[in-house]
Amino acid sequence: MRLTHLSLRDFRSYVEVELPLDAGVTALVGPNGQGKTNLVEAVGYLATLGSHRVAQDAPLVRLGSERAVVRANVVRDDRALLVEIEITPGKANRARVNRAPVPRAREVIGILRTVLFAPEDLALVKGDPTERRRFLDDLLVLRTPRLAGVRADYDRVLRQRNALLKSAGAGIRAGKGDLRTLEVWDSHLATTGAELLAARLDLVEVIRPLVDKAYDAVADSGGPVALDYKCSLGEDVPLVPDRDVLSAALLSEISNLRRNELERGISLVGPHRDDLLLKLGPLPAKGYASHGESWSFALALRLAAYDLLRSDTDEGGEPVLILDDVFAELDVGRRERLAGMVARAEQVLVTAAVAADVPEELAGARVDVMAGEVRRVR
Amino acid sequence: MYEGVVQDLIDELGQLPGVGPKSAQRIAFHLLAADPVDVRRLITALTEVKEKVRFCRTCGNVAEEDQCRICRDTRRDLSVICVVEESKDVVAIEKTREFRGRYHVLGGAISPIEGIGPDDLRVKELMTRLADGSITELILATDPNLEGEATATYLARLVKPMGLRVTRLASGLPVGGDLEYADEVTLGRAFEGRRLLDV
Repeated sequence: MRLTHLSLRDFRSYVEVELPLDAGVTALVGPNGQGKTNLVEAVGYLATLGSHRVAQDAPLVRLGSERAVVRANVVRDDRALLVEIEITPGKANRARVNRAPVPRAREVIGILRTVLFAPEDLALVKGDPTERRRFLDDLLVLRTPRLAGVRADYDRVLRQRNALLKSAGAGIRAGKGDLRTLEVWDSHLATTGAELLAARLDLVEVIRPLVDKAYDAVADSGGPVALDYKCSLGEDVPLVPDRDVLSAALLSEISNLRRNELERGISLVGPHRDDLLLKLGPLPAKGYASHGESWSFALALRLAAYDLLRSDTDEGGEPVLILDDVFAELDVGRRERLAGMVARAEQVLVTAAVAADVPEELAGARVDVMAGEVRRVR
Repeated sequence: MYEGVVQDLIDELGQLPGVGPKSAQRIAFHLLAADPVDVRRLITALTEVKEKVRFCRTCGNVAEEDQCRICRDTRRDLSVICVVEESKDVVAIEKTREFRGRYHVLGGAISPIEGIGPDDLRVKELMTRLADGSITELILATDPNLEGEATATYLARLVKPMGLRVTRLASGLPVGGDLEYADEVTLGRAFEGRRLLDV
């Protein structure tokens, strides 16, 4: 799939902008702070209804305006679609597809699929486990929309259970209080947790070789890289993606941890305590990898996601690949290898502060971005 | 801001669910312009609803007497109880005319975040009703959300030793709708809960 036209109104720094796009590579070039990333952020927002930079919508709307509009022409399977999103902070977004309003904005998720790599992704390697869990879960939801419900349910079960552990803990320690309500939340945590866990384990199996392949292609040395799913269930539990087995394992671990959980007032076992361990050779990437290696690893994770989504058939073809400010951080060898990998993609949007950072192989269209204006120069 | 009593009225109306400041203002001016007899009737209705309406001794539904209309109705099936969260759920199920048993209104669902536990719901009253053994089936019709499911699981576990039949309402596709319009979660659930078509 690809974008043929992007238009923004009151989005970030832009009052109004029209950007026609072609298949293949488009480089958005301009000095810092001119609005390159805002353009790709808008594309990402259209695909996921979320920004890769901020959690709230308010910063997306130009200062002084009430709402922002992102509109794009998308071609998938040779069919042209016009997707529009109106972002009003504090209110529900409104969306239209081919000028017809859709009942819920989230129905446009998936019409455009993107894989976005941005400097923020360095946190995938160097940051907290939260970042890596989000990487897995976001990818799960993209591939299986039903899991969005499981993920939301799990978060809610967790909040309810923690609230109960906090309030019940005091009562039970004082010798009164009822464990039966807690057992209900135990079972819900185990069922939804097992479903999420099974899906994650499946996913890790599928992307493991893809990440290794991508890292190898970008870095050409330093590997092999490995992914290990680190589960809060402990080492003795065999991690098989079977919901019944996992659910039983979670339940038994919950009962082992009962006293501890009541004392601390939080849930100590479940997919919310897991991590994806990234290893470079024999060592964990976090704390051991150099800046360049971490950068390459983060990039490899995104490229693996891209590879995976591309291989999912019936989804309107290849996702649009977005590389935000990636080349400046890579040495010449890695730049060229990355360029070789992505040059054949259906559509790639690249941002760079200096035109010379964009490798020769990616010499497609070029758009200069300056003070909120875009100008096609090639 | 309006003067004195008018603003007081708008403020009071604005407290009602689903009424924003604009609607409150509209209703206030409608009342100002309305026939005093009509307003008097509204006042009576409001006073009476607080004075007369009580909660049914048996099931917790809204009632005008000691027991609600359904619990007093001797033609109803005394062996089945349908557990719901709110009185308005009773009205919804009554409209189907499918259910001939009696109800039990819990007054909410278990939600630790809001500080609601089984003791804050009419669970003890339900257990008392089940104690004499005349009930053979308990239908759990709490809302199909997380808190409703948790409440249903809790009750099912609680009454398990009593050995009666416990059922849960099915969740799945809306009747008369198009499959393509169902959201993924509902459709996913419907797949899980599919049944054998016996012909």
